[in-house]
Amino acid sequence: MPMENRRCRAAGAIAAALALAACAATRRETLVVVVPENGGKVGTVAVSTPAGEAVLDSPYAAATSGPGAAPQKQTLSDAEVKSTFAAALSARPERPLSFTLYFLGDSDELTPASRQHLQEVLVELRRRGAAEVTVVGHTDRLGAIDYNDRLSLQRARRVVAELVGIGIPETSIAAAGRGEREPLIVTEDEVAEPRNRRVEVSVR
Amino acid sequence: MNRMLTTTFALLTIAVTAATAAEDIGQIKKSTGSVLIERAGKAMPAPAGMRVQVADTIVTGADGSVGITLSDNSLLSAGPNSRLDLTRYAFDTTTHQGNFDANLRKGTLSMVSGKLAKQSPDAVRVITPSSVLAVRGTEFFVKVDADADGK
Repeated sequence: MPMENRRCRAAGAIAAALALAACAATRRETLVVVVPENGGKVGTVAVSTPAGEAVLDSPYAAATSGPGAAPQKQTLSDAEVKSTFAAALSARPERPLSFTLYFLGDSDELTPASRQHLQEVLVELRRRGAAEVTVVGHTDRLGAIDYNDRLSLQRARRVVAELVGIGIPETSIAAAGRGEREPLIVTEDEVAEPRNRRVEVSVR
Repeated sequence: MNRMLTTTFALLTIAVTAATAAEDIGQIKKSTGSVLIERAGKAMPAPAGMRVQVADTIVTGADGSVGITLSDNSLLSAGPNSRLDLTRYAFDTTTHQGNFDANLRKGTLSMVSGKLAKQSPDAVRVITPSSVLAVRGTEFFVKVDADADGK
């Protein structure tokens, strides 16, 4: 017999009001609420239980579900969310800060503006304390997919070397190449687009 | 010849870096009060700066709260009296494919999803004692009541 039932039955010996309260306290409920991002956009969270499903896709849409029960939908206020989740909110990490770096032509030399970003990365890293740097290379769609995968990673490695050169420990930096997958400017295949040939450096 | 040497060196360096960081999936950024990581049967304090691994369980005490970033840039945080298992995590930095399962056994969780959820609608899930949440982007909160024994 589950613990909850044993406790409820034993509570029969105590005053009825107290017994009911004890039974209610053993029901484990889950509350889920979606909130808008900074830009007002809301994503989707689908809550599934064996007894039913609820899709939350509007600001402050919430659902409560308990064992054996289908999710019940409701809408919470911003104040309710801030109060219920105050501690989790205060512990939330800062969002990553990103910089976009470019090379001069096809060379391995960073543009002057990009050199400046290297220093800003260092400042941000120090400001954050426990922080890491991610360096992701991107290409345009000129060239084969595999070639651009290798080229973008090579470019990222080049920026890692520059960051190590200004004093950032290599163990704090992760490099990746995204190839043609994430253009700033969408183009047809095999079209040159210098604005897509970039390295994104993020501090988190 | 120089380019080939440079590329070969770069590739070897990548391989070494990847191997040493293979198990780390994120990092503790904020840690207040009692925060522990249970890993391979041992419990250890989890201060800011500590790396987290797949299968870690994050446990906060009555005064504890913790904030974590994962390698796909998702942000997690938990309030007091929480128990959060990072059950499954894989993230390919080239394709952004992979998956993430977090199991919130009790307590409060705040999550801002990252590149995994952006890439694939079925990649990220939060599991609670009574439900499975399919996360298709952005910002949400989950609270799971403890049972009468506080478990």
